[in-house]
Amino acid sequence: MEFGPYLMLAMLEGAVLAAVLALMASGLSLVFGVMRVVNVAHGEFYMLGAVMAWVVTQFMMGLGGGPAVNFIAAAVLAPLIVGSIAAAADVVILKRLNYDPERVIVATIGLLYIIQQAALMGYGPDAKPVVAPFNERIALPWVAWGENGLEMYYPWGLSTTSYKLFVIVAAVVILAGLRLFMTRSRAGLIMRATQLDGEMATAFGIPVERVYAIVFGAGAALAALAGVLIVPIQQAHYLMGGDALLLSFIVVIIGGLGSLAGTVVAAVLIGMSDGIISVFFTPTLAKIIATLAVALVLVFRPQGLFGVKNR
Amino acid sequence: MKHETDVILSTEGLGKSFDGLRANNDIDFTLRKNQVHALIGPNGAGKTTFVSMLIGRLEPTDGAIWFDGRNVTQMPAHKRVAAGMGYTFQITSVFARLSCHENVALAARRKLGGDAAKVEQVVADALTRVGLADRTADVAGDLSYGHQRLLEIAMGLASAPRLLILDEPTQGLAESEITAFKALIRELSAETTILLIEHNMSVVMELADEITVLNFGEVLARGTAAEIHANPAVQAAYLGTEAS
Amino acid sequence: MTRRDLTSHLGLIAGLFALHFILPAYHHGVFARVMVLAVYAIGYNIAFGYTGLLSLGHAMFFGAGMYGVGIASYHFAIPALPAWIIGLGCGALLALVVGLLALRTEGVSFMIVTLMFAQAAYLVILYFSEYTRGDDGLVIPGDMRAIGSWDLSDEGTRYLLAWALFSIALMLSLWLVRHPFGRVLVALRENEERARLLGYDTGGRKLAALVISGTISAAAGGAYATMFGYVGASFAGVQYSIFALLWVLLGGAGTVLGPFVGVLFMTYLNDVASGVTEAYMLIAGVVLVLLTLFAPQGIVGEIRRRFWKDLP
Repeated sequence: MEFGPYLMLAMLEGAVLAAVLALMASGLSLVFGVMRVVNVAHGEFYMLGAVMAWVVTQFMMGLGGGPAVNFIAAAVLAPLIVGSIAAAADVVILKRLNYDPERVIVATIGLLYIIQQAALMGYGPDAKPVVAPFNERIALPWVAWGENGLEMYYPWGLSTTSYKLFVIVAAVVILAGLRLFMTRSRAGLIMRATQLDGEMATAFGIPVERVYAIVFGAGAALAALAGVLIVPIQQAHYLMGGDALLLSFIVVIIGGLGSLAGTVVAAVLIGMSDGIISVFFTPTLAKIIATLAVALVLVFRPQGLFGVKNR
Repeated sequence: MKHETDVILSTEGLGKSFDGLRANNDIDFTLRKNQVHALIGPNGAGKTTFVSMLIGRLEPTDGAIWFDGRNVTQMPAHKRVAAGMGYTFQITSVFARLSCHENVALAARRKLGGDAAKVEQVVADALTRVGLADRTADVAGDLSYGHQRLLEIAMGLASAPRLLILDEPTQGLAESEITAFKALIRELSAETTILLIEHNMSVVMELADEITVLNFGEVLARGTAAEIHANPAVQAAYLGTEAS
Repeated sequence: MTRRDLTSHLGLIAGLFALHFILPAYHHGVFARVMVLAVYAIGYNIAFGYTGLLSLGHAMFFGAGMYGVGIASYHFAIPALPAWIIGLGCGALLALVVGLLALRTEGVSFMIVTLMFAQAAYLVILYFSEYTRGDDGLVIPGDMRAIGSWDLSDEGTRYLLAWALFSIALMLSLWLVRHPFGRVLVALRENEERARLLGYDTGGRKLAALVISGTISAAAGGAYATMFGYVGASFAGVQYSIFALLWVLLGGAGTVLGPFVGVLFMTYLNDVASGVTEAYMLIAGVVLVLLTLFAPQGIVGEIRRRFWKDLP
C-alpha cells in the first residue's frame, strides 16, 4: 500500500487528539482569559471527568441502561459534577486569595494533589474502561488509478470507528457553540466585560464574583467533557491528568494565553503533529522537545506564536 | 557635540513615538549645574515620557541624551543612576514592607557599599532633613501619603546624586507640607542640580531658576519665571486647562 | 549580624549536635535526612523567599547535584568529595543557563518556564537511561561513599556530616541576608523597579541569586546521593520542586530558620499520614491550600510577625 492512506489514517488519529486537546485547552484559556489566573489543577478536572464517566456508567448499568443511554448520562452529569466542584473551589479558595496570580498557582497545585490522591483513594490505582455508545468499524476508502481511470477502493486494514468521528464532530460543535456563546450571548458579553476590567464591570453592576465562579466551573467542565469523550478510547486512570495538563499548557502557550482562536489552531497543530513527531522521535525525546519549545516560546515570544502583542 | 562645562544634562532632537503616536518630538533641552530647573506643561504635554527617557525607563525613538559630557542614550537605567542621576517616582514607590531606615539605607548603600557606619550617618542625615527622623523604625507602607513622598525624597538625597529628578513631588501634599518642601529644595539647590516636574505653579515660580514648558510633546518656551509668566504662548496653552 | 541573630541560630545548630547523642535510632536517621533536605530548602528560600523568584523547577538543581555525584562516582569511580564538587558545578552551571533564559520573564511566566525546564531536565534523565539507568536509578558503590576514613554509610558519620553541611548552609544564608547584597535581594522582591532606579543592576542580582540558590540546592542533592547511596529520577521530578515550595511556605518564606522548620514539620506529618493512607501526597495538597489561604507567612513568619520583629 502506498503512503497516502497511512497519512490519512495518521491525520484522523491526530484529529481525534486535536479535538480532545482543543476542548481541554479552551477551558484553560477561558479561565485565564477572563480571570487572569492559571489553573494548574486543570488536568485533574480532565481526569475527574473520565473517572466520573466511569462512575456514572457503572451506576447506570446497575439500572439496566444500554451503552448509548449510559454514555449520554455520563456526558451530561460528569461535566456538571466536575464543574460544580470547580466552582465550589473557586468560591472557597480562589476568591479568598483575591485571584492573586502566584498564590492561585500555589493553591491549585495543592488542589491538584488533593483531587489526584482523592481519586486514588476512592477510585483506585487501576485503569478502567467505559464502553463507547457506538463503535462501528468504518473502512476508509482510497482512490487510485485503475483500469477505468480513477477508482475508489477500500485498502485492507485502513479503518477508523464511528465513535472517533463522533468525537471530532462533537468537539467542533461544542467549540463553535462556545465561540457563539462568548461573542453573541449576553452572558458571554458579561464575561468579556469582566475580562477587560473587573472593577469597571463591578461598577456597572455585573456580579463579578459569580461570573468568576461560573467561568472557573465552565473551564473545568470543558476539561471534564474532554475526559468523558476520551474515556471510551483511552481508559480512565487517576494519573492521566499530568500529561494532559502538559499538552494543554503547550497548546495554550503556543496559541497565545487567553486567545480562543489561537488555542484551537494550536490544538490542531499539536494534535496533528503529535502522530508525525512520534514517527521520527521516541515519545520521551518528543516530550523533551515540546517542553523546551514551550519554555522558549514563553521566553522569547510571550504573546504566543499566533497571538498579537497587546498593549 | 560641544559642551559647555556648566551643563550637566542635555538632549538633542529627542523624540518618542508609541505605535505611530508622537509623544515627544525634537526636544532640545539643556540643564545647567546647580540650578533648579522646572519642567511644566499641561496634562498630556509629554512631561512623563520625556523624564522617563532621561532616566532610562523608556527608550527614545530618536535623538540623544548627554549626561555630564557622556552620551547615555543607550545606557540602562541602573547605570545612569550609578553615574549620578537620582529619580523619585510620580506615584510613590517605596519599599512598602520595609522600614523607613531600610528604604533610605538601600539608596545609600549602592554608593557606600559595606561601610555600615557611613551608611547609618547618611540615612540619619537624610531622614532628618525631610523631617522623618522620628519615623526611622516605622514600616514605610504604614506612613501617610505625604510622609511617603518625603521618604522618596530622602531616598533621593541618600543616593547623593549630582542631578536629582523629582517627578511631581508635591502632588497630594498638604499646604503646610508644601511649604516645608520648598524650604528643603532651596537648601538642596546649593549642593546639587534639581530637575523638577511640577504642576503646582506657586512651587515652580518660587523655586525655579529656569523653566521649560512642554506642549504637545514639544518645547513651547523656556526662560526665567518672570519670562515664562509673561509669555503669551504659555498663557494660551494653559488657558482653560489649569487655573493656578 | 546581631548578637541575637547569632545566638538563636547557633543555638539551633548546637541543639542538633546534642540530638546526635540523644535521639533514638529511627529519629536519628530521620533528622539526618531532614537536615540534608533542609539545605535544599535553604537554597530554594534564597530564590523564592528572599528574592521573590517563584520557581517551580528547583528539583532540576537538586537533581543536577545528585546526578553530577551519581554519574561521577558510578561511571568514573571518582571519590565522594571531588564528586560532590562536580555536583556543585553542575548545579551552578544549570542555574546560570536557566537563569539567563528564564529571568527574561517574570511572575506567572517565570513559574511556567522554570516548570518546563525542570520537566525537560527530568525527561533528559529518563532519556539517557544508558548513563542514568532511567527510572531504576543508580546505586552508588560502597567504596565511593567515603571521605578519607569516614564511611558515609555509617549512620553516626552520616548524621554529623549532614549536621555540618546544614550548619554551613544555615550560617551562610544568615550571613547573606544580613549582608548588603542580601538586602538588595529583598528590595528586588519588594519592588524591583524601585531597586533598579536606586542604581542596582536588578538583572545581574537576580541571576546571582538564582545561581547561589541553585548551587546550594545542588550541594544538597549531591550530599544526598553520597549519604544515602541512591540516585533516582524521582528526585528531579515535579514533586520535588513542589516539595521545596511547600517546605519553605510552611516554615516561612524569607526567614532563615523557616526551611528547616518546614522540612521537619512536613516529614513528621507524612510519617503520621503514611500510617493511615498510602495517598500521603493528599496531605501535601491540603497543607499547600491551607497555607496559601490562612498562613502565607508560614510558621517562622508568624513568629516573626507576632513576637520577634527583626528575626532574619
